[in-house]
Amino acid sequence: MDLERRLRDLKDRMTYIRDIFGTREDDSIRLLEARLGEALEREARTPGSVSAEELARLDDLFSFSERKLDTMLTPMDRVRIVRHPQRICLKDILENVYDNYTEIGGRGEFNIDPSMCIARAYFSRRVGEKVVRQMIMVIGHEKGHGEAYRNGGSAKPWGNAKALHYMKVAETENIPVHTFIFTPGAYPVEDWPGAAQQIARNLYEMAALRVPVISVCSEGGSGGAEAIGLADRRIMLSHGYYSVISPEGAAAIEGGLRGGERATPELIARCATRLRITADDNLQNGYVDRVLREPPLGARPHHYEFFRELRRELIQATNEAVSEVKSMKLFRAMAVRASRTDEAESIFMRWNLSPSALNRLVELRQRKYRAMSRHARLDGTGLFSRAAAGARGTVDAVHSYLRYDLLGRQKKRLDAMFEELGAEAHLVRHKLLMPLKRSMDKVLVSGPEGRRGVDPHEELTRLSCPEDGACLSGSQWAWISPRSQEDRTVSCPNVRTHHCPDLWVPDLLGDFAGVCPNCGHHFPMEYRWYLENVFNYRESREFNRDLESINPLNYEQFDLKLDKAKEATGLKSACLTFETTIESVEAVVAVLCAPFRGGSVGAAEGEKFIRAAERAGRKRQPFIAYVHGTAGIRIQEGVNGVIQMPRCTIAVRRYIDAGGLYLVLYDTNSYAGPVASFLGCSPYQFAVRSSNIGFAGPGVIAETTGLPVPPNYHRADHALSRGHIHGIWDRREAKKNLHQALLTMGGRNLYYR
Amino acid sequence: MLNIKELLDEVKASPYREIVVAAPHTGVVEFAGLKPGDQVHGRRGEFKEKPGTLLAHLTRERNRKPITAPEKGEVESVRTELEGQFVEAGEPLATIRHFLTRKEVIERILQEALFLFRAPERAKYYFVPEVDQKLKVSGKRSVKVSEGMELMIVSRMKRETPLAYSGPEGIIHSVYFGRGDNVDEGAPLIGVCPEDQLTVIQDVVARIQSEWEEA
Repeated sequence: MDLERRLRDLKDRMTYIRDIFGTREDDSIRLLEARLGEALEREARTPGSVSAEELARLDDLFSFSERKLDTMLTPMDRVRIVRHPQRICLKDILENVYDNYTEIGGRGEFNIDPSMCIARAYFSRRVGEKVVRQMIMVIGHEKGHGEAYRNGGSAKPWGNAKALHYMKVAETENIPVHTFIFTPGAYPVEDWPGAAQQIARNLYEMAALRVPVISVCSEGGSGGAEAIGLADRRIMLSHGYYSVISPEGAAAIEGGLRGGERATPELIARCATRLRITADDNLQNGYVDRVLREPPLGARPHHYEFFRELRRELIQATNEAVSEVKSMKLFRAMAVRASRTDEAESIFMRWNLSPSALNRLVELRQRKYRAMSRHARLDGTGLFSRAAAGARGTVDAVHSYLRYDLLGRQKKRLDAMFEELGAEAHLVRHKLLMPLKRSMDKVLVSGPEGRRGVDPHEELTRLSCPEDGACLSGSQWAWISPRSQEDRTVSCPNVRTHHCPDLWVPDLLGDFAGVCPNCGHHFPMEYRWYLENVFNYRESREFNRDLESINPLNYEQFDLKLDKAKEATGLKSACLTFETTIESVEAVVAVLCAPFRGGSVGAAEGEKFIRAAERAGRKRQPFIAYVHGTAGIRIQEGVNGVIQMPRCTIAVRRYIDAGGLYLVLYDTNSYAGPVASFLGCSPYQFAVRSSNIGFAGPGVIAETTGLPVPPNYHRADHALSRGHIHGIWDRREAKKNLHQALLTMGGRNLYYR
Repeated sequence: MLNIKELLDEVKASPYREIVVAAPHTGVVEFAGLKPGDQVHGRRGEFKEKPGTLLAHLTRERNRKPITAPEKGEVESVRTELEGQFVEAGEPLATIRHFLTRKEVIERILQEALFLFRAPERAKYYFVPEVDQKLKVSGKRSVKVSEGMELMIVSRMKRETPLAYSGPEGIIHSVYFGRGDNVDEGAPLIGVCPEDQLTVIQDVVARIQSEWEEA
């Protein structure tokens, strides 16, 4: 019986190897297959003919070959490993790593999102004579060994919302959070709370979540991974991958495929290699803190030794995160620093932290992300300018502190006092004088001749400025598109429903500012138009102009494309940051320009954005993000791009927490990563009419969910009715609305408040 | 009185509708190379998002606009002599012969023969208890309706209001809604026909259902 079981196990191992290596041929695989086939055949012919020793030898051969094959794994093989139904999943970890657990908010299929699993778990630790239970909130994707309803670990927006909810619960209860990332990506639907917006909300909250967060990454697919991935310590499993996009997605973009076309396996494998997605790549880039070695060819549920390793690793990581900020630690901090993970169990540390320690924890987490991805951008600013900019920053910060905090606060207090006094005096005067005035009015009735001013009839009928004449001459715009020089007409896309007449291009792009006068459809407009007509660009001061996008992964042919984009636009990255004055309100503006690689965000763009947010914070100015268009994270930068999601969100969070006004204005098409992080987390998001906002494009949605996507699914009106944005602006009124917003919205700490 | 048989014969004699595709405005025409006898289709897709077969391009002021087939059918004629020429608005460019489907024929006949009483707003509709009783006991053909008769109850958002019938006198031929269904505004509620035509209509509809061949 036992022999039969062992034979079956070997057969399973063989199938697994075949699954991982696909069609690739190798001597070891052939040898294993031949040996196993022979044994099986013999056993089938005469049961009991394979002896225990033979089986043990075969077992050794398997172990040896697996170790050998493990050294030959390509990135694409690793992708196949993490997607294999035999791969360990969260339930296995809960069973084997923690001492006990209770799943919350779901039982199998009966769950708001079966792909997101929440559990209260604990470690039992022996401290002297006592046994202490250390509580943990476990949050992670559940693949369920290929159960269909788990959706392959692709969490829906409401699943991510559930995760966030329980992170907040952990915060209330002051227990650490362990997150486990097993997702190929987020499920791209726009229904409330919205794939992009919910990830943005998660990132925003995790940026300052006041409990230690440890994340373990096995399969980290872009946005879906980020939704629970912003952590104090990031552990990665050695056979996992962490990437900006699935290799298939990258291949589809690379090959320029549309509709149902499929990329060749070679191209997919090439993309997997180029994107630098493996654990070692990520460790090298500094995006994960530690790589946990797995058994050869990846961990499967029967690798109990691996679970023990993972347990030690988790305890060690949590201890490290806590000991960094704990005030009472003495020797233990030293021991934690010095210890290797195999001694982790021997060091006990309480994991609940005091409020001041929690503040330090959040500060450390934010600083840790701030320091990332430095190698992935080129700062062309000279040493001298950099020093000058640094000094100026300090001066600004000191100046703001003195003027708005130290003196400003006193002045505000005085003003408030005078205001109160004034109101009191007004009331007293009113009470005393009103009866007197009333009696005076009764005695001395004044006639209609008492009214001064213009004749009401004239007031209603005359022009407001008669000296200007009734007609305006010339365009009211400071800049009009060069496309308006073309003598031709275009049709409005709404012609079928709104019967719009054809529009003459010089009219449309000149006076009408690209807006159909009949239906209000907004034709796409250059970002220059907004710079000149809304943001007063000519009188602005641009900064960090020399931060340049590069090709950190040496992605094939990308240098050429990047150079072409730089030449065509005259920009060094897709992000433009400047200080300007909008109707006498000074503000910092960051623009994502669509013509530069689709407005995609890479390391340079992210850094520019962060610096802009910091500058706005230092100067107590409002911070406006104008998104002329963004296609998402720049996939050619791999994780260097995707890490900008948490980085920028943290910067924005710091700025908002400090009491600023962060306002986002979307235009044309805004999709994916940026919307799912630093743009989507803004409390004030507006869209120019006829723009599109979403997580994934219609093609990707149809491909991944199999649901038909109605036309105009991503239109701003729909985004507004789903609650993703907070208003739609007419392009011609953008400046007026923006000024109004600057005056009425935002926090307490703006210089003009 | 309406002659149903005659109507049916008329439909049978020409089981299609001719659609004349005319230039929506002035411009220079370029045909897309369709010949008489070619099959074309109208807008398609779940959301009618895919345009129909391209018939021609019309260029005005360097704005090249496609003209597509509005419905499924066969090209009857194309005025190829206009190729590359400037045409006025309303100039016929092509004719498409659209074969009527079973549904369209029935609809056409019922439209002529029946009076459709339509829902004034989106709501749930019920017959008043007396009518309801009668419908249940002796079938829908037993109810006679006349102008001003209180026929239904409109139930919407926790309020119920009576609805009076308005239209020609007759008996209820068909009921188009189910109990508890939400009926959209403008959707037909009941079809009413003169008492003496009832059997004829039923007969014709049944025959079309079984005999009409769709192109």
